[in-house]
Amino acid sequence: MLLTRREWIFGSLGLAAMHQVLLAQQHATNAVQAVVEGHPVAFEYLDTAASITLTALATEIIPSDDGPGATEAGAVYFIDRALTTFDSDKREQYKAGLRQVDVLRARLFPASSNVAGLSRDQRRELIRGLETSEFFEVLRTHVVLGFLADPEYGGNRQEAGWKYIDFDNQMAYEPPFGYYDAHRNNEAK
Amino acid sequence: MTTVAFAPSDEVDFLVIGAGASGGIMAKELATAGLRVVVLEQGPYLRESDYSHDELKYTILPGLTNDPKAQPITYRKSEQEPAKLYKAIEYGRQVGRGSVHFTANYWRLHESDFHEQSLCGDIAGASLGDWPIRYQDLEPFYTKAEYELGISGLGGANPFEAPRSKPYPLPPMPVKSSGVLFETATTKMGLHPFPAPLAILSQPYKGRAACVHCGFCESFGCEMGAKSSTLVSVIPLAEETGRCEIRPNSYVRKIEVNAHGKATGAVYFDQSRREILQRAKVVVLCANGVESAKLLLLSTSKEFPNGLANSSGLVGKHLMWDLGLLAEGLFEYPANEYKSVQVTRVIHDFYESDPKRGFYGGGGIDARFDFYPAGFALSGLPPDAPRWGVEFKKTFGHYFTRTISLLSHTTSLPMESNTVTLDSDVKDVWGLPAVRITYAKHPDDVATLKWITQRQHEILETMGAKKIWGDPVDAFSTSRHLMGTCRMGSNPAKSVVNSYGRAHDVPNLFIVDGSNFVTSGRQQPTATIQALAYRAADNMSRMAKAGEL
Repeated sequence: MLLTRREWIFGSLGLAAMHQVLLAQQHATNAVQAVVEGHPVAFEYLDTAASITLTALATEIIPSDDGPGATEAGAVYFIDRALTTFDSDKREQYKAGLRQVDVLRARLFPASSNVAGLSRDQRRELIRGLETSEFFEVLRTHVVLGFLADPEYGGNRQEAGWKYIDFDNQMAYEPPFGYYDAHRNNEAK
Repeated sequence: MTTVAFAPSDEVDFLVIGAGASGGIMAKELATAGLRVVVLEQGPYLRESDYSHDELKYTILPGLTNDPKAQPITYRKSEQEPAKLYKAIEYGRQVGRGSVHFTANYWRLHESDFHEQSLCGDIAGASLGDWPIRYQDLEPFYTKAEYELGISGLGGANPFEAPRSKPYPLPPMPVKSSGVLFETATTKMGLHPFPAPLAILSQPYKGRAACVHCGFCESFGCEMGAKSSTLVSVIPLAEETGRCEIRPNSYVRKIEVNAHGKATGAVYFDQSRREILQRAKVVVLCANGVESAKLLLLSTSKEFPNGLANSSGLVGKHLMWDLGLLAEGLFEYPANEYKSVQVTRVIHDFYESDPKRGFYGGGGIDARFDFYPAGFALSGLPPDAPRWGVEFKKTFGHYFTRTISLLSHTTSLPMESNTVTLDSDVKDVWGLPAVRITYAKHPDDVATLKWITQRQHEILETMGAKKIWGDPVDAFSTSRHLMGTCRMGSNPAKSVVNSYGRAHDVPNLFIVDGSNFVTSGRQQPTATIQALAYRAADNMSRMAKAGEL
């Protein structure tokens, strides 16, 4: 099932060779895997190619090396939601930004055919070439929101982002709240 | 609750424009005095059940504030440059307005604030002035506000505060880690920390539940009703009289006057954008320090070609800004500052202007944390922090629970060149001209910011911060404390209203909100806006009963 759907996604990209993707770094496959495993592909706005490129970029903005990152949090679903609702006026910026990404990728790595197929080092080099662009700032903002905003927007799945930063999402707390008020008497000494 | 509804053709006693910090008090005071009141509010009527902890909705999107897509704002530094679209100012736009989403700091002015020109002399390039009242004129109304709304604090704990006739009605909120470290450090430095006075209930009060420390105060509506907004405190009392109608989604475009130069009511757009004239014997403008000026400038007529109540030419001038800088520190252990109210300790040691510093100005400093998860990762980290990648992730992951901020709240000198005007090149979705903000800091404001941020950094060092960073001195951000555009005074040539908010030019028009401020205090204008509202309402109901309006 998993392989089938993964194949379907890559197939739809028209990749020359499946092995190119399979050789890619773990995160590229993780990214797609999360998309496939967690939820059926049901983007309202993004097409599959865009979603895979954005996932590959998002996973370098908030990686998964030390626990769930943008990919597992479903940040790309947040982006899709943003572009269909409150940030629908940023669609053109995304289209132009994705073209910019692809032009740079082709220039930096002529042998490659898409961002998801790049190694992590290559993707980081690509981002270094983009990081001062307006598009990157919008993407970075959306990825962070897709990791840390309310899960109702499609990202921050299972509160992955909140758990990572130790934000304990409760409606009520009681003192002491933190280390220094809990140890107040010691501090005063 | 069934509430009264008045016909627009029914000439009510008072028409209040804006259901916010001052308008809510007007409604309650006038209605309980037996007068018939309609309150027109631009925004919707939301309740606690409409609110949530949705950071995106309330801090990034304009969930409770003016939406620049619907009501564009343009900004320029000086008249010489073209104004560009920029959300330079922000205000609450629903019943309760800013009192719903504010951080709830509730500082009284000091005695000196009312006569700083006499104390400090003229400041070149500014219009420093004395207020037409003194602290003792306002003290009973500060006390009334604290008791009617429900304010937590510890009277006498701030050695610099002006005399109080009564303690706060509620004890202070429990101290947080930021407050503990700040208190220990500032005490060691010979300064005088005190518990933050807050419009948040530390205990149940007047049928409302106490704060549960959820931490979502600044920018959010309180889901528990524990923040003492006018929405949950006085507006229900106004409606209970059966003499007050709060009419939401009613956006006023003009105050009407008759041939005798008296106000007769206001024309507003209802939710379907139909124009409706609500008639009234008296109009009270409580729309805030920017919107009130805008509406007066929009209300031109044969009798008032330069805008209503503007014979002085000062309507819209002397706009003062929400000045202050954030300094942040990283601490060793989790302080979990995202829990509970934003602020628990404050100092006023640097509040007074001191000629020894070589410039006019002063400020308060509070220990706080007013970031939410995504906003912190996007804008709360040190400038040298990575902006993407695993180190970025580790940085916001480590810093989120370990960061404590100090915010300064400083003087903003009144200057005639800092203005609210109408920008006829840009229209809002109702077709009204956009607000155009022209604002630049006075050199003494910059000197004050520079000086006080050094104090903030010293305190953070004493608190034991492992790393310190913060806003650069030239940081400029959206103003939420809208003050000064209809200043009060006794001379009609040099002010717009008298000390009761009564327009010098129009006997049955009152303007009561942050626009009345002659000087900025040290930010935190809400307590003073509300005390002025109680004082003005007291005067208005007496005049109305005596047939003087």
